[in-house]
Amino acid sequence: MSDLNKLGLAEARDALRAGDVTSVELTESCLKAIDDADALNAFVHKAPEIALERAKAADERIKAGDAPSMCGLPIGIKDLFCTKGVPSQAASKILEGFKPEYESTVSQQLADSGAVMLGKLNMDEFAMGSSNETSVYGNAVSPWRRGNDDAQLTPGGSSGGSASAVAADLCLAATGTDTGGSIRQPAAFVGITGIKPTYGRCSRWGIVAFASSLDQAGPMTKNVRDAAIMLETMCGHDPKDSTSTELAVPNFEAMLTGDIKGKKIGIPKEYRMDGMPAEIEKLWAEGAEMLKAAGAEIVDISLPHTKYALPAYYVIAPAEASSNLARYDGVRYGRRAQLAQGDGITEMYEKTRAEGFGHEVQRRVMIGTYVLSAGFYDAYYNRARKVRTLIKKDFEDVFAAGIDAILTPATPSASFGLGEMTEADPVQMYLNDVFTVTVNLAGLPGISVPAGLDQQGLPLGLQLIGRPWEEGDLLNTAYALESAAGFVAKPGKWW
Amino acid sequence: MSIDQSNAAKVAKLARIKVEDDALPALASEFNTILGFIEQLNEVDVEGVEPMVSVEPMRLKRREDVVTDGNQQGKVLANAPDAREGFFAVPKVVE
Repeated sequence: MSDLNKLGLAEARDALRAGDVTSVELTESCLKAIDDADALNAFVHKAPEIALERAKAADERIKAGDAPSMCGLPIGIKDLFCTKGVPSQAASKILEGFKPEYESTVSQQLADSGAVMLGKLNMDEFAMGSSNETSVYGNAVSPWRRGNDDAQLTPGGSSGGSASAVAADLCLAATGTDTGGSIRQPAAFVGITGIKPTYGRCSRWGIVAFASSLDQAGPMTKNVRDAAIMLETMCGHDPKDSTSTELAVPNFEAMLTGDIKGKKIGIPKEYRMDGMPAEIEKLWAEGAEMLKAAGAEIVDISLPHTKYALPAYYVIAPAEASSNLARYDGVRYGRRAQLAQGDGITEMYEKTRAEGFGHEVQRRVMIGTYVLSAGFYDAYYNRARKVRTLIKKDFEDVFAAGIDAILTPATPSASFGLGEMTEADPVQMYLNDVFTVTVNLAGLPGISVPAGLDQQGLPLGLQLIGRPWEEGDLLNTAYALESAAGFVAKPGKWW
Repeated sequence: MSIDQSNAAKVAKLARIKVEDDALPALASEFNTILGFIEQLNEVDVEGVEPMVSVEPMRLKRREDVVTDGNQQGKVLANAPDAREGFFAVPKVVE
Protein backbone atom coordinates (compact mmCIF):
# COMPACT_ATOMS: atom_id res chain seq x y z
CA MET A 1 0.00 0.00 0.00
CA SER A 2 1.26 3.46 -0.77
CA ASP A 3 0.33 6.81 0.76
CA LEU A 4 -0.66 5.19 4.03
CA ASN A 5 -0.78 8.62 5.67
CA LYS A 6 -3.82 9.40 3.50
CA LEU A 7 -5.95 6.74 5.19
CA GLY A 8 -8.63 7.56 7.72
CA LEU A 9 -8.88 5.89 11.12
CA ALA A 10 -11.52 3.31 10.19
CA GLU A 11 -9.76 2.27 6.95
CA ALA A 12 -6.40 2.00 8.69
CA ARG A 13 -7.89 0.06 11.60
CA ASP A 14 -9.46 -2.44 9.22
CA ALA A 15 -6.20 -2.77 7.25
CA LEU A 16 -4.25 -3.34 10.49
CA ARG A 17 -6.67 -6.02 11.62
CA ALA A 18 -6.59 -7.72 8.24
CA GLY A 19 -2.80 -7.79 8.46
CA ASP A 20 -2.45 -5.76 5.25
CA VAL A 21 -0.35 -3.14 6.95
CA THR A 22 1.54 -2.59 10.21
CA SER A 23 1.40 0.31 12.61
CA VAL A 24 5.12 0.87 12.02
CA GLU A 25 4.45 1.29 8.29
CA LEU A 26 1.57 3.69 8.94
CA THR A 27 3.68 5.65 11.42
CA GLU A 28 6.70 5.86 9.13
CA SER A 29 4.49 7.11 6.31
CA CYS A 30 3.13 9.88 8.55
CA LEU A 31 6.56 10.81 9.90
CA LYS A 32 7.80 11.24 6.34
CA ALA A 33 4.78 13.37 5.44
CA ILE A 34 5.42 15.50 8.52
CA ASP A 35 9.07 16.04 7.61
CA ASP A 36 8.02 17.08 4.11
CA ALA A 37 5.50 19.59 5.45
CA ASP A 38 7.52 22.03 7.53
CA ALA A 39 6.05 24.80 5.33
CA LEU A 40 2.68 24.17 7.00
CA ASN A 41 4.18 24.66 10.49
CA ALA A 42 1.56 22.27 11.85
CA PHE A 43 3.74 19.94 13.93
CA VAL A 44 5.76 22.10 16.31
CA HIS A 45 7.28 19.33 18.46
CA LYS A 46 7.95 16.10 16.59
CA ALA A 47 8.22 12.87 18.56
CA PRO A 48 9.43 10.22 16.08
CA GLU A 49 11.16 7.99 18.66
CA ILE A 50 8.12 7.83 20.91
CA ALA A 51 5.92 7.25 17.86
CA LEU A 52 7.93 4.31 16.53
CA GLU A 53 8.22 2.76 19.97
CA ARG A 54 4.43 2.94 20.43
CA ALA A 55 3.85 1.66 16.90
CA LYS A 56 5.95 -1.43 17.58
CA ALA A 57 4.05 -2.06 20.81
CA ALA A 58 0.77 -1.63 18.94
CA ASP A 59 1.81 -4.14 16.29
CA GLU A 60 2.50 -6.69 19.04
CA ARG A 61 -0.90 -6.01 20.55
CA ILE A 62 -2.70 -6.32 17.22
CA LYS A 63 -0.91 -9.60 16.54
CA ALA A 64 -2.09 -10.90 19.91
CA GLY A 65 -5.68 -10.07 18.90
CA ASP A 66 -8.23 -8.09 20.89
CA ALA A 67 -6.73 -4.64 20.17
CA PRO A 68 -9.05 -1.63 20.64
CA SER A 69 -10.16 0.48 17.67
CA MET A 70 -7.47 3.16 17.99
CA CYS A 71 -4.63 0.65 18.40
CA GLY A 72 -1.73 1.40 16.06
CA LEU A 73 -3.26 4.54 14.55
CA PRO A 74 -0.88 7.54 14.29
CA ILE A 75 -2.39 10.82 15.47
CA GLY A 76 -1.30 14.35 16.38
CA ILE A 77 -1.91 15.98 19.76
CA LYS A 78 -2.67 19.68 20.18
CA ASP A 79 0.04 21.49 22.15
CA LEU A 80 -2.57 22.31 24.84
CA PHE A 81 -2.48 18.71 26.14
CA CYS A 82 0.19 17.86 28.69
CA THR A 83 2.21 14.95 27.37
CA LYS A 84 4.76 13.36 29.66
CA GLY A 85 8.34 14.22 28.75
CA VAL A 86 7.28 16.00 25.54
CA PRO A 87 7.18 19.82 25.40
CA SER A 88 3.67 21.14 26.11
CA GLN A 89 3.64 24.88 25.72
CA ALA A 90 0.09 25.87 24.79
CA ALA A 91 1.93 27.77 22.02
CA SER A 92 3.09 30.30 24.61
CA LYS A 93 6.50 31.73 25.35
CA ILE A 94 5.69 31.62 29.06
CA LEU A 95 5.73 27.80 28.97
CA GLU A 96 9.01 27.62 27.07
CA GLY A 97 10.91 24.52 28.12
CA PHE A 98 7.99 22.99 30.04
CA LYS A 99 8.04 19.21 29.89
CA PRO A 100 5.20 17.81 31.98
CA GLU A 101 5.89 15.04 34.46
CA TYR A 102 2.42 13.67 33.74
CA GLU A 103 0.03 12.91 30.89
CA SER A 104 -3.42 14.45 30.34
CA THR A 105 -6.28 12.01 30.87
CA VAL A 106 -7.47 12.26 27.26
CA SER A 107 -4.05 11.65 25.73
CA GLN A 108 -3.48 8.86 28.29
CA GLN A 109 -6.72 7.17 27.23
CA LEU A 110 -5.63 7.43 23.61
CA ALA A 111 -2.20 6.01 24.47
CA ASP A 112 -3.76 3.20 26.53
CA SER A 113 -5.89 2.26 23.52
CA GLY A 114 -2.68 1.92 21.50
CA ALA A 115 -2.91 5.15 19.49
CA VAL A 116 0.49 6.42 18.33
CA MET A 117 1.37 10.06 19.14
CA LEU A 118 3.41 11.61 16.33
CA GLY A 119 4.04 14.94 18.06
CA LYS A 120 2.47 18.19 19.18
CA LEU A 121 0.41 20.50 17.01
CA ASN A 122 0.41 24.25 16.56
CA MET A 123 -2.42 26.39 17.93
CA ASP A 124 -3.26 29.90 19.04
CA GLU A 125 -1.54 30.86 22.30
CA PHE A 126 -3.55 29.39 25.20
CA ALA A 127 -6.25 28.60 22.58
CA MET A 128 -7.06 32.31 22.29
CA GLY A 129 -7.53 33.10 18.63
CA SER A 130 -9.34 32.15 15.47
CA SER A 131 -6.53 32.15 12.93
CA ASN A 132 -3.54 30.50 14.64
CA GLU A 133 -1.70 33.84 14.38
CA THR A 134 -1.22 34.29 18.13
CA SER A 135 1.10 31.26 18.38
CA VAL A 136 4.65 31.69 19.69
CA TYR A 137 5.72 29.19 17.00
CA GLY A 138 4.41 31.42 14.22
CA ASN A 139 1.16 30.61 12.47
CA ALA A 140 0.24 27.25 11.03
CA VAL A 141 -0.70 27.42 7.34
CA SER A 142 -3.70 25.87 5.64
CA PRO A 143 -2.92 23.34 2.90
CA TRP A 144 -5.73 24.99 0.89
CA ARG A 145 -5.19 27.86 -1.54
CA ARG A 146 -7.51 30.12 -3.53
CA GLY A 147 -7.12 28.55 -6.94
CA ASN A 148 -3.69 29.43 -8.30
CA ASP A 149 -3.19 32.32 -5.88
CA ASP A 150 -0.23 31.45 -3.65
CA ALA A 151 -1.33 33.69 -0.76
CA GLN A 152 -1.14 31.74 2.48
CA LEU A 153 -4.45 31.09 4.21
CA THR A 154 -5.28 30.46 7.84
CA PRO A 155 -6.25 26.95 8.90
CA GLY A 156 -8.45 28.64 11.52
CA GLY A 157 -8.01 28.53 15.23
CA SER A 158 -7.37 27.82 17.84
CA SER A 159 -6.79 24.19 16.76
CA GLY A 160 -5.14 25.36 13.51
CA GLY A 161 -2.21 22.95 13.56
CA SER A 162 -4.58 20.04 14.11
CA ALA A 163 -6.73 21.17 11.19
CA SER A 164 -3.80 21.72 8.85
CA ALA A 165 -2.17 18.39 9.77
CA VAL A 166 -5.32 16.31 9.24
CA ALA A 167 -6.29 18.07 6.00
CA ALA A 168 -2.75 17.65 4.63
CA ASP A 169 -2.64 13.95 5.62
CA LEU A 170 0.28 14.38 8.04
CA CYS A 171 -1.60 12.20 10.51
CA LEU A 172 -4.75 10.11 10.44
CA ALA A 173 -6.53 12.34 12.97
CA ALA A 174 -5.76 14.81 15.74
CA THR A 175 -7.02 16.03 19.07
CA GLY A 176 -8.43 19.52 19.37
CA THR A 177 -10.03 21.59 22.09
CA ASP A 178 -12.98 23.92 21.77
CA THR A 179 -13.83 26.83 24.08
CA GLY A 180 -15.79 28.99 21.62
CA GLY A 181 -15.43 27.15 18.31
CA SER A 182 -11.77 26.11 18.28
CA ILE A 183 -12.46 22.63 16.89
CA ARG A 184 -15.41 23.40 14.60
CA GLN A 185 -14.18 26.61 12.92
CA PRO A 186 -10.76 25.21 11.86
CA ALA A 187 -12.38 21.93 10.80
CA ALA A 188 -14.74 23.91 8.54
CA PHE A 189 -11.88 26.02 7.14
CA VAL A 190 -9.91 22.97 5.95
CA GLY A 191 -12.71 20.58 4.96
CA ILE A 192 -12.52 18.03 7.78
CA THR A 193 -14.86 16.85 10.55
CA GLY A 194 -14.60 18.16 14.11
CA ILE A 195 -16.84 17.46 17.09
CA LYS A 196 -17.03 19.18 20.45
CA PRO A 197 -18.84 16.84 22.82
CA THR A 198 -21.18 17.81 25.66
CA TYR A 199 -19.42 19.66 28.48
CA GLY A 200 -18.30 16.95 30.91
CA ARG A 201 -17.84 14.14 28.36
CA CYS A 202 -14.05 14.48 28.14
CA SER A 203 -11.87 14.99 31.17
CA ARG A 204 -10.13 18.35 31.26
CA TRP A 205 -7.39 17.06 33.54
CA GLY A 206 -3.95 17.79 32.12
CA ILE A 207 -5.28 20.10 29.40
CA VAL A 208 -3.96 23.62 29.88
CA ALA A 209 -7.02 25.55 31.10
CA PHE A 210 -8.38 28.56 29.20
CA ALA A 211 -12.01 28.98 30.36
CA SER A 212 -12.89 26.03 32.56
CA SER A 213 -16.68 26.21 32.23
CA LEU A 214 -16.43 26.17 28.42
CA ASP A 215 -13.36 24.06 27.50
CA GLN A 216 -13.90 20.62 25.97
CA ALA A 217 -11.60 18.33 24.02
CA GLY A 218 -12.70 16.50 20.89
CA PRO A 219 -11.42 14.74 17.78
CA MET A 220 -10.61 16.31 14.38
CA THR A 221 -10.84 13.66 11.71
CA LYS A 222 -11.17 12.94 8.00
CA ASN A 223 -14.80 11.81 8.26
CA VAL A 224 -17.72 11.28 10.66
CA ARG A 225 -17.04 7.58 11.26
CA ASP A 226 -13.50 8.41 12.37
CA ALA A 227 -14.88 11.08 14.70
CA ALA A 228 -17.15 8.47 16.31
CA ILE A 229 -14.27 6.05 16.79
CA MET A 230 -11.86 8.57 18.28
CA LEU A 231 -14.44 10.38 20.43
CA GLU A 232 -15.36 7.12 22.15
CA THR A 233 -11.73 6.64 23.20
CA MET A 234 -11.39 10.24 24.42
CA CYS A 235 -14.58 10.27 26.55
CA GLY A 236 -15.26 8.86 29.98
CA HIS A 237 -15.46 9.69 33.65
CA ASP A 238 -12.29 10.85 35.36
CA PRO A 239 -12.17 11.32 39.13
CA LYS A 240 -9.43 13.92 38.58
CA ASP A 241 -11.89 16.29 36.84
CA SER A 242 -14.78 17.08 39.18
CA THR A 243 -16.92 18.25 36.23
CA SER A 244 -16.48 15.05 34.24
CA THR A 245 -19.68 13.04 34.07
CA GLU A 246 -20.19 9.49 35.26
CA LEU A 247 -22.40 8.56 32.30
CA ALA A 248 -21.47 5.44 30.36
CA VAL A 249 -19.86 6.07 26.96
CA PRO A 250 -21.81 4.39 24.16
CA ASN A 251 -20.31 2.71 21.11
CA PHE A 252 -20.74 5.78 18.88
CA GLU A 253 -19.63 4.01 15.71
CA ALA A 254 -22.37 1.39 16.10
CA MET A 255 -24.92 4.23 16.12
CA LEU A 256 -24.01 5.34 12.58
CA THR A 257 -26.93 3.85 10.68
CA GLY A 258 -27.55 6.85 8.43
CA ASP A 259 -31.24 6.51 9.21
CA ILE A 260 -32.64 9.89 10.27
CA LYS A 261 -36.26 9.33 9.22
CA GLY A 262 -38.64 11.33 11.36
CA LYS A 263 -35.89 13.34 13.06
CA LYS A 264 -36.79 16.98 13.61
CA ILE A 265 -34.05 19.35 12.46
CA GLY A 266 -34.35 22.96 13.60
CA ILE A 267 -33.27 25.93 11.46
CA PRO A 268 -32.75 28.93 13.78
CA LYS A 269 -33.79 32.20 12.15
CA GLU A 270 -31.37 34.21 14.31
CA TYR A 271 -28.40 32.58 12.56
CA ARG A 272 -29.35 34.34 9.33
CA MET A 273 -26.95 37.23 9.79
CA ASP A 274 -26.78 40.54 7.98
CA GLY A 275 -23.97 40.51 5.47
CA MET A 276 -23.66 36.73 5.42
CA PRO A 277 -22.13 35.61 2.11
CA ALA A 278 -24.76 34.27 -0.29
CA GLU A 279 -22.72 31.10 -0.72
CA ILE A 280 -23.03 30.28 2.96
CA GLU A 281 -26.76 30.92 2.92
CA LYS A 282 -27.09 28.67 -0.13
CA LEU A 283 -25.03 25.89 1.43
CA TRP A 284 -27.16 26.06 4.56
CA ALA A 285 -30.37 25.73 2.53
CA GLU A 286 -28.87 22.84 0.57
CA GLY A 287 -27.90 21.12 3.82
CA ALA A 288 -31.49 21.39 5.04
CA GLU A 289 -32.71 19.95 1.73
CA MET A 290 -30.30 17.02 2.05
CA LEU A 291 -31.52 16.17 5.53
CA LYS A 292 -35.11 16.48 4.36
CA ALA A 293 -34.43 14.17 1.43
CA ALA A 294 -33.01 11.66 3.94
CA GLY A 295 -36.35 11.66 5.74
CA ALA A 296 -35.91 14.34 8.41
CA GLU A 297 -38.47 17.02 9.08
CA ILE A 298 -37.17 20.58 8.79
CA VAL A 299 -38.62 22.99 11.35
CA ASP A 300 -38.09 26.75 11.64
CA ILE A 301 -37.10 27.61 15.18
CA SER A 302 -36.09 30.64 17.19
CA LEU A 303 -33.17 31.02 19.61
CA PRO A 304 -33.92 34.59 20.64
CA HIS A 305 -30.79 35.36 22.67
CA THR A 306 -28.30 34.30 19.98
CA LYS A 307 -27.17 37.86 19.38
CA TYR A 308 -25.93 38.14 22.95
CA ALA A 309 -23.85 34.96 22.96
CA LEU A 310 -20.65 36.53 21.66
CA PRO A 311 -20.66 39.51 24.06
CA ALA A 312 -21.50 37.16 26.97
CA TYR A 313 -18.67 34.87 25.89
CA TYR A 314 -16.21 37.78 25.79
CA VAL A 315 -16.99 38.48 29.44
CA ILE A 316 -17.07 34.91 30.75
CA ALA A 317 -14.11 33.45 28.85
CA PRO A 318 -11.66 36.28 29.69
CA ALA A 319 -12.86 36.27 33.32
CA GLU A 320 -12.10 32.58 33.66
CA ALA A 321 -8.87 32.98 31.72
CA SER A 322 -7.63 35.77 33.99
CA SER A 323 -8.12 33.42 36.93
CA ASN A 324 -6.66 30.33 35.23
CA LEU A 325 -3.63 32.14 33.85
CA ALA A 326 -2.75 33.61 37.24
CA ARG A 327 -0.70 30.45 37.74
CA TYR A 328 1.92 31.60 35.22
CA ASP A 329 4.06 33.54 37.64
CA GLY A 330 7.58 32.48 36.74
CA VAL A 331 7.93 30.39 39.89
CA ARG A 332 6.75 26.82 39.35
CA TYR A 333 7.23 26.14 35.65
CA GLY A 334 8.02 27.77 32.37
CA ARG A 335 9.98 30.91 31.77
CA ARG A 336 10.98 33.65 34.19
CA ALA A 337 12.02 37.08 32.93
CA GLN A 338 15.54 38.34 33.49
CA LEU A 339 15.38 40.59 36.52
CA ALA A 340 17.23 43.84 37.20
CA GLN A 341 19.23 44.53 40.32
CA GLY A 342 16.83 45.23 43.18
CA ASP A 343 13.72 43.79 41.48
CA GLY A 344 11.37 42.19 43.98
CA ILE A 345 8.73 39.54 43.54
CA THR A 346 6.12 41.94 42.08
CA GLU A 347 8.55 43.05 39.35
CA MET A 348 9.28 39.37 38.69
CA TYR A 349 5.58 38.63 38.16
CA GLU A 350 4.99 41.71 36.04
CA LYS A 351 8.03 41.30 33.80
CA THR A 352 7.57 37.54 33.43
CA ARG A 353 3.94 37.92 32.37
CA ALA A 354 4.65 40.90 30.07
CA GLU A 355 7.40 38.99 28.26
CA GLY A 356 5.80 35.56 28.37
CA PHE A 357 2.24 36.33 27.25
CA GLY A 358 1.52 37.50 23.72
CA HIS A 359 -0.62 40.51 22.91
CA GLU A 360 -4.01 38.77 22.60
CA VAL A 361 -3.50 36.77 25.79
CA GLN A 362 -2.51 39.90 27.73
CA ARG A 363 -5.57 41.68 26.38
CA ARG A 364 -7.92 38.90 27.45
CA VAL A 365 -6.33 38.49 30.88
CA MET A 366 -6.71 42.22 31.48
CA ILE A 367 -10.32 42.33 30.20
CA GLY A 368 -11.06 39.42 32.53
CA THR A 369 -9.37 41.20 35.40
CA TYR A 370 -11.45 44.30 34.69
CA VAL A 371 -14.85 42.55 34.52
CA LEU A 372 -14.10 40.74 37.78
CA SER A 373 -12.78 43.80 39.62
CA ALA A 374 -14.60 45.43 42.51
CA GLY A 375 -17.44 47.63 41.27
CA PHE A 376 -17.77 45.92 37.88
CA TYR A 377 -18.38 42.30 38.87
CA ASP A 378 -22.17 42.66 38.90
CA ALA A 379 -22.41 44.94 35.88
CA TYR A 380 -20.34 42.67 33.64
CA TYR A 381 -19.63 39.21 34.99
CA ASN A 382 -22.91 38.49 36.77
CA ARG A 383 -24.93 39.99 33.94
CA ALA A 384 -23.09 37.80 31.42
CA ARG A 385 -23.77 34.71 33.54
CA LYS A 386 -27.48 35.59 33.61
CA VAL A 387 -27.51 36.00 29.84
CA ARG A 388 -25.80 32.62 29.62
CA THR A 389 -28.72 31.10 31.56
CA LEU A 390 -31.09 32.60 28.98
CA ILE A 391 -29.03 31.31 26.04
CA LYS A 392 -29.10 27.80 27.49
CA LYS A 393 -32.86 28.11 28.06
CA ASP A 394 -33.36 28.99 24.37
CA PHE A 395 -31.91 25.58 23.49
CA GLU A 396 -33.81 23.76 26.26
CA ASP A 397 -37.06 25.20 24.92
CA VAL A 398 -36.53 23.99 21.36
CA PHE A 399 -35.36 20.56 22.51
CA ALA A 400 -38.41 20.32 24.77
CA ALA A 401 -40.53 21.09 21.71
CA GLY A 402 -39.17 17.95 20.07
CA ILE A 403 -36.22 19.22 18.04
CA ASP A 404 -33.52 16.53 17.71
CA ALA A 405 -30.72 18.61 16.19
CA ILE A 406 -30.12 22.13 14.89
CA LEU A 407 -28.49 22.91 11.54
CA THR A 408 -26.44 26.12 11.11
CA PRO A 409 -23.47 27.30 9.09
CA ALA A 410 -20.19 26.49 10.87
CA THR A 411 -18.52 29.84 10.12
CA PRO A 412 -19.57 33.21 8.67
CA SER A 413 -16.97 32.94 5.88
CA ALA A 414 -14.47 30.60 4.26
CA SER A 415 -10.83 30.68 5.40
CA PHE A 416 -9.16 34.07 5.05
CA GLY A 417 -5.60 35.08 4.29
CA LEU A 418 -2.98 35.14 7.02
CA GLY A 419 -2.38 38.76 7.99
CA GLU A 420 -5.64 39.97 6.43
CA MET A 421 -7.21 40.59 9.83
CA THR A 422 -4.18 42.27 11.40
CA GLU A 423 -5.56 45.76 10.93
CA ALA A 424 -9.07 44.84 12.08
CA ASP A 425 -10.12 45.52 15.65
CA PRO A 426 -10.24 42.46 17.93
CA VAL A 427 -14.03 42.27 17.77
CA GLN A 428 -13.88 41.55 14.00
CA MET A 429 -11.79 38.45 14.70
CA TYR A 430 -14.16 37.41 17.50
CA LEU A 431 -17.04 37.33 14.96
CA ASN A 432 -15.55 34.13 13.52
CA ASP A 433 -17.11 32.29 16.44
CA VAL A 434 -20.60 33.74 16.04
CA PHE A 435 -22.22 30.40 15.11
CA THR A 436 -20.19 28.17 17.40
CA VAL A 437 -19.93 30.04 20.69
CA THR A 438 -23.60 29.53 21.70
CA VAL A 439 -22.91 25.80 21.85
CA ASN A 440 -20.12 26.21 24.43
CA LEU A 441 -22.20 28.57 26.54
CA ALA A 442 -25.01 25.99 26.60
CA GLY A 443 -22.61 23.05 27.09
CA LEU A 444 -24.06 21.20 24.09
CA PRO A 445 -22.41 18.85 21.58
CA GLY A 446 -21.70 20.39 18.17
CA ILE A 447 -20.13 18.98 15.03
CA SER A 448 -18.78 20.62 11.90
CA VAL A 449 -19.11 18.65 8.68
CA PRO A 450 -17.54 19.72 5.37
CA ALA A 451 -20.35 20.35 2.91
CA GLY A 452 -19.06 22.20 -0.13
CA LEU A 453 -16.57 24.56 -1.77
CA ASP A 454 -16.96 28.29 -2.33
CA GLN A 455 -16.24 30.05 -5.63
CA GLN A 456 -12.57 30.35 -4.71
CA GLY A 457 -12.40 26.59 -4.22
CA LEU A 458 -12.22 26.77 -0.42
CA PRO A 459 -14.11 24.40 1.90
CA LEU A 460 -17.25 25.44 3.77
CA GLY A 461 -18.75 23.54 6.67
CA LEU A 462 -22.16 23.09 8.24
CA GLN A 463 -22.69 22.71 11.96
CA LEU A 464 -25.13 20.36 13.67
CA ILE A 465 -25.96 20.98 17.33
CA GLY A 466 -27.33 18.11 19.40
CA ARG A 467 -29.09 17.46 22.69
CA PRO A 468 -26.85 17.11 25.72
CA TRP A 469 -25.20 13.67 26.03
CA GLU A 470 -26.64 12.54 22.70
CA GLU A 471 -23.43 12.61 20.68
CA GLY A 472 -24.34 9.24 19.16
CA ASP A 473 -27.55 10.59 17.66
CA LEU A 474 -25.76 13.77 16.58
CA LEU A 475 -22.99 11.80 14.88
CA ASN A 476 -25.61 9.75 13.06
CA THR A 477 -27.31 12.90 11.73
CA ALA A 478 -23.88 14.21 10.72
CA TYR A 479 -23.21 10.89 8.99
CA ALA A 480 -26.41 11.28 6.96
CA LEU A 481 -25.43 14.84 6.04
CA GLU A 482 -21.91 13.73 5.09
CA SER A 483 -23.24 10.94 2.89
CA ALA A 484 -25.61 13.32 1.10
CA ALA A 485 -23.06 16.15 0.71
CA GLY A 486 -20.44 13.78 -0.67
CA PHE A 487 -17.55 16.16 0.05
CA VAL A 488 -14.36 14.59 -1.31
CA ALA A 489 -12.22 17.60 -2.30
CA LYS A 490 -8.61 17.64 -1.11
CA PRO A 491 -6.05 20.45 -1.30
CA GLY A 492 -3.46 20.10 -4.05
CA LYS A 493 0.03 19.53 -2.61
CA TRP A 494 2.21 22.66 -2.90
CA TRP A 495 4.28 22.34 0.26
CA MET B 1 -18.35 53.05 30.68
CA SER B 2 -15.11 54.28 29.26
CA ILE B 3 -11.60 53.39 30.33
CA ASP B 4 -8.93 56.06 30.50
CA GLN B 5 -5.18 55.58 30.78
CA SER B 6 -5.15 55.50 34.54
CA ASN B 7 -7.85 52.79 34.59
CA ALA B 8 -5.83 50.82 32.05
CA ALA B 9 -2.73 51.13 34.22
CA LYS B 10 -4.71 49.96 37.23
CA VAL B 11 -6.01 46.90 35.39
CA ALA B 12 -2.51 46.03 34.19
CA LYS B 13 -1.28 46.30 37.77
CA LEU B 14 -4.07 44.05 39.05
CA ALA B 15 -3.26 41.51 36.33
CA ARG B 16 0.46 41.71 37.19
CA ILE B 17 1.41 42.51 33.62
CA LYS B 18 3.96 45.25 33.08
CA VAL B 19 2.71 47.77 30.52
CA GLU B 20 4.96 50.68 29.58
CA ASP B 21 3.41 54.13 29.90
CA ASP B 22 3.60 54.80 26.16
CA ALA B 23 1.52 51.66 25.48
CA LEU B 24 -1.34 52.73 27.74
CA PRO B 25 -3.33 54.89 25.26
CA ALA B 26 -3.55 52.06 22.72
CA LEU B 27 -4.46 49.58 25.46
CA ALA B 28 -7.20 51.84 26.81
CA SER B 29 -8.58 52.23 23.31
CA GLU B 30 -8.67 48.43 22.77
CA PHE B 31 -10.43 47.97 26.09
CA ASN B 32 -13.03 50.50 25.06
CA THR B 33 -13.67 48.72 21.77
CA ILE B 34 -14.20 45.41 23.53
CA LEU B 35 -16.23 46.87 26.37
CA GLY B 36 -18.36 48.73 23.83
CA PHE B 37 -19.13 45.37 22.25
CA ILE B 38 -19.95 43.88 25.64
CA GLU B 39 -22.30 46.77 26.48
CA GLN B 40 -24.92 45.07 24.25
CA LEU B 41 -25.68 42.84 27.21
CA ASN B 42 -27.43 45.80 28.85
CA GLU B 43 -30.26 45.38 26.30
CA VAL B 44 -31.23 42.02 27.81
CA ASP B 45 -33.90 41.83 30.51
CA VAL B 46 -32.24 39.69 33.18
CA GLU B 47 -34.70 40.49 35.95
CA GLY B 48 -35.11 37.42 38.15
CA VAL B 49 -32.68 35.28 36.09
CA GLU B 50 -30.18 33.19 38.04
CA PRO B 51 -26.54 33.64 36.98
CA MET B 52 -25.26 30.33 35.63
CA VAL B 53 -22.82 28.52 37.88
CA SER B 54 -22.54 25.25 36.02
CA VAL B 55 -23.85 24.35 32.59
CA GLU B 56 -25.07 20.96 33.83
CA PRO B 57 -26.70 21.11 37.23
CA MET B 58 -24.21 19.15 39.29
CA ARG B 59 -22.97 18.97 42.80
CA LEU B 60 -19.20 18.95 42.88
CA LYS B 61 -18.03 15.54 43.93
CA ARG B 62 -16.30 15.04 47.23
CA ARG B 63 -13.83 12.41 48.26
CA GLU B 64 -12.44 11.14 51.50
CA ASP B 65 -10.01 13.60 53.06
CA VAL B 66 -7.03 11.29 52.83
CA VAL B 67 -3.60 11.46 51.23
CA THR B 68 -3.77 10.03 47.69
CA ASP B 69 -0.32 10.82 46.43
CA GLY B 70 2.79 12.72 47.36
CA ASN B 71 6.52 12.27 47.84
CA GLN B 72 7.20 13.74 44.40
CA GLN B 73 9.38 16.68 45.32
CA GLY B 74 11.74 16.07 42.43
CA LYS B 75 8.95 15.96 39.87
CA VAL B 76 7.22 19.01 41.34
CA LEU B 77 10.42 21.04 41.09
CA ALA B 78 11.59 19.62 37.76
CA ASN B 79 10.18 22.48 35.67
CA ALA B 80 10.94 25.36 38.04
CA PRO B 81 12.99 28.22 36.54
CA ASP B 82 14.90 28.40 39.83
CA ALA B 83 14.78 25.56 42.38
CA ARG B 84 17.27 25.32 45.25
CA GLU B 85 17.65 22.86 48.09
CA GLY B 86 14.25 21.33 47.42
CA PHE B 87 12.38 24.63 47.22
CA PHE B 88 11.13 27.10 44.61
CA ALA B 89 13.42 30.12 44.74
CA VAL B 90 12.05 33.66 44.32
CA PRO B 91 13.44 37.15 44.83
CA LYS B 92 13.44 38.40 48.39
CA VAL B 93 9.85 38.96 49.58
CA VAL B 94 10.27 40.26 53.14
CA GLU B 95 11.83 43.70 53.47
